[in-house]
Amino acid sequence: MSYVSNTDTDRAEMFAEIGIQSFEELLAPIPEDMRFKGELNLPPVLSEHAVVRHLQALASRNLDLESNLSFLGAGIYDHFRPSVVGAMMSRGEFATAYTPYQPEMSQGMLQTIYEYQTMICALTAMDLSNASMYDAATGMAEAALMATHILNRTEIVVSSSVHPNYREVLATYLRWTGYSLVQVATSAGVTDVEALRHAVSERTAAVLFQHPNFFGSLEDIQGQVDVAHSVGALAVASVDPISLGLLKPPGEYGVDIAVGEGQALGNPMGFGGPLLGFFACKKQFLRAFPGRIVGATVDQEGRRGYTMTLRTREQDIRREKATSNICTNQALIALCATVYMAELGKTGMTQVADLCLQKSHYCLERLTTLSGIRQLFRDARFFKEFAVELPISVTLFNDRLLKHGIVGGLPLGEYYPEYPNGLLVCVTETKTREDIDCFVDAASKALR
Amino acid sequence: MPGAPSRGGASQLPDCRLRKGPGISALTHRTIFEKSRVGRIGANLPECDVPHHEAAELVGEQNLRDRLPLPEVSELDVVRHFTYLSHRNYSIDGGFYPLGSCTMKYNPKVNEKTAALPGFAGLHPLQPESTAQGALALMYELQAMLAEICGMYTTTLQPSAGAHGELLAMMMVKAYHLERNEAYRDVVVIPDAAHGTNPASAARCNFKVKGVPGNLRGRTDLEALARALDGNVAAFMLTNPNTAGLFESDIRQICDMVHAAGALVYCDGANMNAMLGLTRPGDMGFDVMHFNLHKTFSTPHGGGGPGCGAVSVQRVLEPYLPTPHVTKTGEGKQAVYSLDTDRPLSVGRIHSYYGAFLLAVRAYTYIRSLGARGLREIGENAVINANYVRARLSDYYEVAFNNQICMHEVVLSASRQKQESGVRALDISKRLMDFGLHPPTNYFPLIVPEALMIEPTETESKQTLDEFIDAMIQIAKESREDPEIVKSAPHNTVVSRLDETYAVKNLDLRYEPIFHT
Repeated sequence: MSYVSNTDTDRAEMFAEIGIQSFEELLAPIPEDMRFKGELNLPPVLSEHAVVRHLQALASRNLDLESNLSFLGAGIYDHFRPSVVGAMMSRGEFATAYTPYQPEMSQGMLQTIYEYQTMICALTAMDLSNASMYDAATGMAEAALMATHILNRTEIVVSSSVHPNYREVLATYLRWTGYSLVQVATSAGVTDVEALRHAVSERTAAVLFQHPNFFGSLEDIQGQVDVAHSVGALAVASVDPISLGLLKPPGEYGVDIAVGEGQALGNPMGFGGPLLGFFACKKQFLRAFPGRIVGATVDQEGRRGYTMTLRTREQDIRREKATSNICTNQALIALCATVYMAELGKTGMTQVADLCLQKSHYCLERLTTLSGIRQLFRDARFFKEFAVELPISVTLFNDRLLKHGIVGGLPLGEYYPEYPNGLLVCVTETKTREDIDCFVDAASKALR
Repeated sequence: MPGAPSRGGASQLPDCRLRKGPGISALTHRTIFEKSRVGRIGANLPECDVPHHEAAELVGEQNLRDRLPLPEVSELDVVRHFTYLSHRNYSIDGGFYPLGSCTMKYNPKVNEKTAALPGFAGLHPLQPESTAQGALALMYELQAMLAEICGMYTTTLQPSAGAHGELLAMMMVKAYHLERNEAYRDVVVIPDAAHGTNPASAARCNFKVKGVPGNLRGRTDLEALARALDGNVAAFMLTNPNTAGLFESDIRQICDMVHAAGALVYCDGANMNAMLGLTRPGDMGFDVMHFNLHKTFSTPHGGGGPGCGAVSVQRVLEPYLPTPHVTKTGEGKQAVYSLDTDRPLSVGRIHSYYGAFLLAVRAYTYIRSLGARGLREIGENAVINANYVRARLSDYYEVAFNNQICMHEVVLSASRQKQESGVRALDISKRLMDFGLHPPTNYFPLIVPEALMIEPTETESKQTLDEFIDAMIQIAKESREDPEIVKSAPHNTVVSRLDETYAVKNLDLRYEPIFHT
């Protein structure tokens, strides 16, 4: 099955029009010795029914965390996904549409992007949002590069409480572009602001931090913003969009660029992709910021419409002088987030955030009644995730939980060797009280 | 209202004095924000079933926000709103999309079914590898199939777009030369006709970009290339078939020249659809290439993304691939798949996890549905369809580069129309909309004036092509006999030609009123 519509009869008619006898004549531009002979070495073709069965067999070899109890977070979350989100996202009119370069035929997609941009600004309290980046990590890297260009400075400072994978991506982007990266230590599971003060200088283009941080702890955002601004650097925060249902948004602290992972906004975990990097900034950075932007305008009759705008920042026009090389973004995933935020709205976003807050606190309280388990960062204020220290090997603990069909938290030791018995536990609003009690019960058995 | 354009305000009602009636519900036409009413909610959320504490008590009053200006609408409002917007959007499911270089082929629905399986969609990237063996097996097999399709050693699925893949390739090129103590190679040579992401990606890696022109036959000028290749060149980036839709027949010689200069050759695989089963970049001498899974391998474009820019490499570049890389130990039922992070020469990580896995599921499903024979049928029919369009339109529009045999896309020029009556490629594109057809790619490649790049793809029938061709012939006629109707198009779309200048001069990038209530 190749999904080719034409038959031999169609092709015969087409050959006549082209003026050829056989297909091979169209291969003339390809030198003989470069034409592939025979068939590619690929597995045998499968009918639709067989391919579905084959994929089902592959899928069944995986433990799906939507239907199994899991307390794993660390940047990708099993939040509730309202069915309306999938229903809208699977509409072929959105899913099979191209980038809206021809606006008159793409008003649907363009308006959803405009609404997405608006909602991201509402959530983060920032002035401007673009139409998305690939994920939070590349969004953070692009924010760092943007800062180096705006300020003509060569150094980026990042807190070690930022997601380790985001820091790795940042390091990759900076290494090959010739900028330097300074990592600032944490203290009690949050950025050591004193150490940060010593780490910045007039070479610093941006200070990067995360809130809640990788451990789920709340950071001293104002302190870090002030340190950045004290040397004229930009303050870049990676934020959890679900937490913003309750927590004070980055714009209110004077953050210059806010990025984050939008997967939590109604998107499946999908083994880590596709994701959604939202990217918002202060209005003075309009001309420097990467990615597509949609704006409102009017047509010849004065009717309101939408179009991609400020295109002269982009690669197809500016080429090597573009603000970024980005072309494809995460349009359909942004649509997903827009539908989610519309469906939940102001009340729902607040409610989901509150449920995550309450349930995670309940879980910690119950876990710490177990002999030997203590909160890793004593008295840390946290949202949705927290770190505990176990009296036994984390790997052993998780293996025992898995035998009960429960996926425990993330072992911290492989990312932070200073916390070898650390476990990062996440409790989203999808966990009932029974689920949490069941987890604690299994944990207590695992400790024996 | 602050921020709203002065003509056509934020909540303009369609004119009800028309005898035909507005035809659309005025309410439905507004932004989601204008439909908001205090106290409404769509989602059905549970009550809190654990002891409840004040948020201020748990996180501190100073950490809480006081206002959240998101809309408040019912679920019915949400469904009507987005359903209405979907009706104002063209798509492959809705019609023909002859966009050159985009490969707008049919997106099979079976791919959506497999990508939605809970055993894929419900996986966390950090769950224990022993609990994700099916996913890792799929990735490993796809890596191998893509390598076979392009004739290279292995593949990474980590990049999220073609441009992301290009960036990764540039990083690997840099790492390769660094390893050989040739870090002084700081130039990348790129044809003038290349897609803008090529120089942008090279510049991102601090490479200087040196352009080379094409020759009169629309292909890389070998003499210009020879002059450009000195000891400072790190790589030559080439799209093949090139951005004029033509196969670079001298490719073997090009690769030899670049290698002789100590540089690497990168293939921008956006046009891979033309080559499936017919020829392979790896066999031509390319060292590294990217695929666009959202073009060649049918994963839906989603209105602008998500994408997957998988990158394949010859063995010499394998050590530099991003981390982690999916590997396999053992065979058959004993096979164990892992995410290998022990990669000392890797350029690093370029995505927070492993790339767009759910797109990999779709591409994998597609390739398994095609088999080797099906893949070759794609290559053949993509090329036949494009040449058919070329043959039938060559009397009405100038075919760039003297109407040679093209591969999967053909570049026309509207220069004849522009000269005769001032009708431009842009106008022809807008007029096509009145026929219910999406325009081809405009003004690319930059080297062809008034370019219209047409890529029909293999999934379109001759009837669809004939309809498009007839519309193009009609427009060519109108350009001579009634140019005004073309220049003022579109007339039949939900909005008429939009004012791009107004958009820039009156920047309105978010629905401002909600921020000031």
